[in-house]
Amino acid sequence: MQTIPLEFYLLLSAVLFVIGAIGVLTRRNAIVVFMSIELMLNSVNLTFVAFSAYMGDIAGQIFVFFIMAVAAGEATIGLAIVLALFRLKQSVYVDEANSLKL
Amino acid sequence: MSFLYFSFGVLAILAIASAIVTIASRNPVRSAFALIFHFFMLAGLYLTLNAQFVAVIQVLVYAGAIMVLVVFVIMLLNLSNEERLSERFDFRKTIAIFFGIAFAIEVVLAIFIPGTFKNNLHPDSVKIGTAQEIGKALYSNFLVPVEVVGILLLVAIIGAIVLAKRKLE
Repeated sequence: MQTIPLEFYLLLSAVLFVIGAIGVLTRRNAIVVFMSIELMLNSVNLTFVAFSAYMGDIAGQIFVFFIMAVAAGEATIGLAIVLALFRLKQSVYVDEANSLKL
Repeated sequence: MSFLYFSFGVLAILAIASAIVTIASRNPVRSAFALIFHFFMLAGLYLTLNAQFVAVIQVLVYAGAIMVLVVFVIMLLNLSNEERLSERFDFRKTIAIFFGIAFAIEVVLAIFIPGTFKNNLHPDSVKIGTAQEIGKALYSNFLVPVEVVGILLLVAIIGAIVLAKRKLE
């Protein structure tokens, strides 16, 4: 059963992770930063599923479900924080949320 | 075999392209829809790995639930396009370039180090991707983490309500 080498999946997931990291570092809009974090979480999920399929171990796919649950929790809390920030500042730009800066 | 390579190539290129559109677009709604497309491509990639149940849950939870929430918040806030911030942008760009170089080194290392990974899918991979096997594992070996994740989701719901409320009484 000849299939795609595992390295291809690892490389793809590394590319997606770096794209997500660049998004977190360069964007100002808090919602887009949040979506970039989702990109990074999903690239890790891809690694988990790839290793799970190539090693024949089910634990990788189980962990994907836990990561999805944590991402769902993060989505609700993060968007609630964005809403609260918008109410306070009338903007969702992360560089304007500097009230705690000295 | 060639069909598998073809589908992997198409899905991978579309996934990378939609990820780039997600972080590069000035319009948050366009970013959100590119991300939804990206999640569908990832579900296709899970299918090439024989992980059917994860692929279905990916579409249901991410594209169905999380992204609906994100699009809802974007529409609620009525955001305009993001304008560039010129003076403070240089520092961030430096970090982004650093990450790019680190990644390029990683790619070179990954390609030139002789592979110790397996080239073939494990023969059990079709079996462990089914909902039956995952359900068995979730409710036997991983029972305690499942309960803890349930508590985590409850805390997240309560926290979101507390944060989004206008005034606590």
